[in-house]
Amino acid sequence: MFALALIELPLLYSEVYRRQGGHRMITSAFEYHRPSDLAGALSVLEEHGDDARVIAGGHSLIPMMKLRMADVPHLIDLQDIADLKGITVEVGTVTIGAMTTQHDLINNKALLAAAPIIHEAALQIADPQVRYMGTIGGNVANGDPGNDMPGLMQCLDATFTLVGPDGTRSVKAREFYEAAYMTEREDGEILTQISFPVTNSGFAYEKQKRKIGDYATAACAVLIAKEDGKVTSASVAMTNLSDVPVLSEAAGAALVGTSCDAIAMKAAVAAALQDIDPTEDNRGPVEFKIHVAGIIISRAIARAWSRA
Amino acid sequence: MKDEVTREERVTNLKGLGSSRKRVEDARFTQGKGHYVDDINLPGMLTGDFVRSPYAHARVKSINIDAAMALDGVVAVLTAKDLEPLSLHWMPTLAGDKQMVLADGKVLFQGQEVAFVVAKDRYIAADAVDLVEVEYEELPVLVDPFKSLQSDVVLREDLDPTAPGAHGPRKHHNHIFTWEAGDEEGTNAVIDDADVVATEEMYYHRTHPCPLEPCGSVASMDKVNGKLTLYGTFQAPHVVRTVASLLSGIEEHNIRVVSPDIGGGFGNKVGVYPGYVCSIVASIVTGVPVKWVEDRMENLMSTAFARDYWMKGKISATKEGKITGLHCHVTADHGAFDACADPTKFPAGFMSICTGSYDIPIAYLGVDGVYTNKAPGGVSYRCSFRVTEAVYFIERMIEVLAIELNMDAAELRRINFIKKEQFPYDSALGWEYDSGDYHTAWDKALKAVDYEGLRKEQAERVAAFKRGETRTIMGIGLSFFTEIVGAGPVKNCDILGMGMFDSCEIRIHPTGSAIARLGTISQGQGHATTFAQILASEIGIPADSITIEEGDTDTAPYGLGTYGSRSTPVAGAATAMAGRKIRAKAQMIAAYLLEVHDDDVEFDVDRFVIKGAPERFKTMGEIAYAAYNQAIPGLEPGLEAVSYYDPPNMTYPFGAYVCVMDIDVDTGVPKINRFYALDDCGTRINPMVIEGQIHGGLTEALAVALGQEIAYDDMGNCKTATLMDFFLPTAWEVPNFETDFTVTPSPHHPIGAKGVGESPHVGGVPCFSNAVQDAFRPFGNRHTNMPHDHWRIWKTANDLGLHD
Repeated sequence: MFALALIELPLLYSEVYRRQGGHRMITSAFEYHRPSDLAGALSVLEEHGDDARVIAGGHSLIPMMKLRMADVPHLIDLQDIADLKGITVEVGTVTIGAMTTQHDLINNKALLAAAPIIHEAALQIADPQVRYMGTIGGNVANGDPGNDMPGLMQCLDATFTLVGPDGTRSVKAREFYEAAYMTEREDGEILTQISFPVTNSGFAYEKQKRKIGDYATAACAVLIAKEDGKVTSASVAMTNLSDVPVLSEAAGAALVGTSCDAIAMKAAVAAALQDIDPTEDNRGPVEFKIHVAGIIISRAIARAWSRA
Repeated sequence: MKDEVTREERVTNLKGLGSSRKRVEDARFTQGKGHYVDDINLPGMLTGDFVRSPYAHARVKSINIDAAMALDGVVAVLTAKDLEPLSLHWMPTLAGDKQMVLADGKVLFQGQEVAFVVAKDRYIAADAVDLVEVEYEELPVLVDPFKSLQSDVVLREDLDPTAPGAHGPRKHHNHIFTWEAGDEEGTNAVIDDADVVATEEMYYHRTHPCPLEPCGSVASMDKVNGKLTLYGTFQAPHVVRTVASLLSGIEEHNIRVVSPDIGGGFGNKVGVYPGYVCSIVASIVTGVPVKWVEDRMENLMSTAFARDYWMKGKISATKEGKITGLHCHVTADHGAFDACADPTKFPAGFMSICTGSYDIPIAYLGVDGVYTNKAPGGVSYRCSFRVTEAVYFIERMIEVLAIELNMDAAELRRINFIKKEQFPYDSALGWEYDSGDYHTAWDKALKAVDYEGLRKEQAERVAAFKRGETRTIMGIGLSFFTEIVGAGPVKNCDILGMGMFDSCEIRIHPTGSAIARLGTISQGQGHATTFAQILASEIGIPADSITIEEGDTDTAPYGLGTYGSRSTPVAGAATAMAGRKIRAKAQMIAAYLLEVHDDDVEFDVDRFVIKGAPERFKTMGEIAYAAYNQAIPGLEPGLEAVSYYDPPNMTYPFGAYVCVMDIDVDTGVPKINRFYALDDCGTRINPMVIEGQIHGGLTEALAVALGQEIAYDDMGNCKTATLMDFFLPTAWEVPNFETDFTVTPSPHHPIGAKGVGESPHVGGVPCFSNAVQDAFRPFGNRHTNMPHDHWRIWKTANDLGLHD
């Protein structure tokens, strides 16, 4: 429903001019729905089909609507649905409601203990004002390759819960993303929660950006578990280096069994770079992005290893 | 009665010159009580919105407004055809050219105004913009000025290609003007014979002032009384009134222009934009007020840009490093219309200040203006007219010459500075520098940062890098700048024929407080704070008891507005002069009240005292009251004064900046470890406001040097029309700034003050850029163009083989 192909937001703006000959900061008229429970949200979604879309924090959708790149006659605001908020850590599993804000992620002590990488990554998303509104669910569900949480969720091997007219199902973050803005989620479904195992691995989220609020030039999430001085498991995922988040299994495999020495690190970086496909934009040409990606990946691995 | 307040306390209570008085504006700005154009809502007001061109160059085949007009709530859709009977489909620019108000047959840049929709509210207007159908036929696009000068494609079909333009002969149908200063033949002869010559080409990229508040206006035509009121984001409200009168035929006394609070200007709000004209026409047509406020994308895409200068330099010197000559040629990309905001006789502004702070015996500057398919503009973004370009040019040429001479760039500057005893100094390109003491400032700056220690540290870092122990390198950016501000003397500076004087009118109230009105308009500079301080010291009334009012042409005296750091040099001088007229009359009143001769009383802080008997005095409060309640022989009642000030010369503030930067060669990320800024702006009115100005100007300098640009693709699409890609720094990106000063008063300004708000931008841009370039100098770098964003820095490292 939101197939903006591989075009990134800034390039979209000139596309707006090309197609419509107009500037935009005012959305088309829309009907605003604010259900108080999930059933209510699902029924509006079912009633209006393609004409309806849910809104979480709105940081991706509202700019799209203002640019009139997204035409949403029925907007369903999820913020009154209490069940969609909150963080629990129980029997080795972290569960986060989709409407939990980045601000809440940063300030939750149980989450900090259970998965400190979330804290490190969320602090690198936008600025405090945005994080008061921006949610983890919106961040992972939208399918924007620039968003930080999808790669992180792949790194954590998270599971997304989708609720729709046919009931509830689970999809692995590692299998969720198809292309930019294209995901496994069906039109009638709402992503309600995210869960992943508690981790005590060494961690790092390394991100290069031009300024506060920017998408990554390159970013990388790494988790490394260590025993007897050797890597027992490693997970390496990258942000904004392809049209989807990229989990490099080969990079992880290159580290396992090693002591994360220079040779292993080099092999892991080389493997990770095989899995990405960045495009040129105002941040720079492909050659630059690949080089920076290599640096960011190796720094993330080194920092995660130092904490393992 | 015994005076229990000491003289020192009386001085302090005035909060006059030198006081770090808190800004009186901030109470409302920090509480959300500012009143901007978009806060103005008049009864029955309509809203306008533009249909803009998606193409950078195209013929407009047809415009169909039927669907838009059919939308409920749409009142009118104006096109060039509707404006033509009023002769308002084109308007004159400040640079002597003309500009389309609405597309007349063709469009020349992406985002150009094509039709103006007027509707009952902002939302309906936006919907209606979508419904206007425009048929275009694309034409070849020229975004490169050098190609434009070679191309058969005629951009401006409205101009006779063989007729001279506003600034003399044109060489080509896309050429605008050639402007020259200095002695080319003599300069070439010196350079040809010189021991050492350094040449360099540099591009000062196109950027944009990007004030937080975009441009807008509210026009209200009262057809019963024949009066037009125009509220807008105007840095020069009186000039707008005169232009509006000339364009519309409405007599000037029937036009009232009001600049309310303005959310930053930085040059962007000097010019006249199609939106202003359309809001006026729409109000005349509909008989009700019409508001137009642009959005961020419109601001970045269509209103005045800055810079876009391709500069080619040659500098010659003796073997010892004494500069003997300077040659500069600029190819200036002015976009689709020449809408630069410069004094009429200076189509390249004060670019001829490009000999900088150095005693250069002979020089030449030539500038060729060129049309391209880009937005018009060419304003002075936080600088006096084109001075940032000039200072960047000379401060880069100095660095390149230092490389050529294998000399330290700080020492090269020192041996070429104009000496203190040479002031007033006549530059090779025709300016008379009023005052300066460059050596003292330079020595103070270098000592403050331990320059020698920094160079040692840098050498150690280079060695460590070469040994493979680090991947960061260190740059020491230097700049020494001389600004030229305070335009300006009426004899050679005017805008649309209006001499660039400024004015102040003061009324002292019976109870001893006052109001002063000026021809300038604050956009964040803090005039309400600082001009009251000038007056406090001149007339002995506390600054807290003086209201400063600007921006309403019905009440303020005529002035040329605020830009180019001209407010303090010109209107500030007018304020002091008007204050002195008040004081002269107050002296006569005091003498009468004290029953002595005028010459027997003297001014003392806040009162007149009898010479030799200071216990006998009349305070300014008592004098003010007397002016209104006593019949004083030979004197008119009241206590008022007005002054129109035509400055005898510009003022020349200067400064010495040092930036210490680390660069990660692998990612291209710079990290500023230290920034030291010494400014000399003559007499310092409010040190706190000065410091705030320095911080702001340095922040914008950092932006421009490290990433802020307006970039186009080959099709003329603007690639940087949002704040995602147009770099506007936040607190996170901005380093700590250390400020310092010396004081060299202007000899011709009544209180010795020079401008300061733009100095940090003028000096800051080359300082940041030089830091990047200096970091790479030990590895063979000579010059790379701004903006130094991550990938360009990375590319420099890559080109120098630092990734091998």
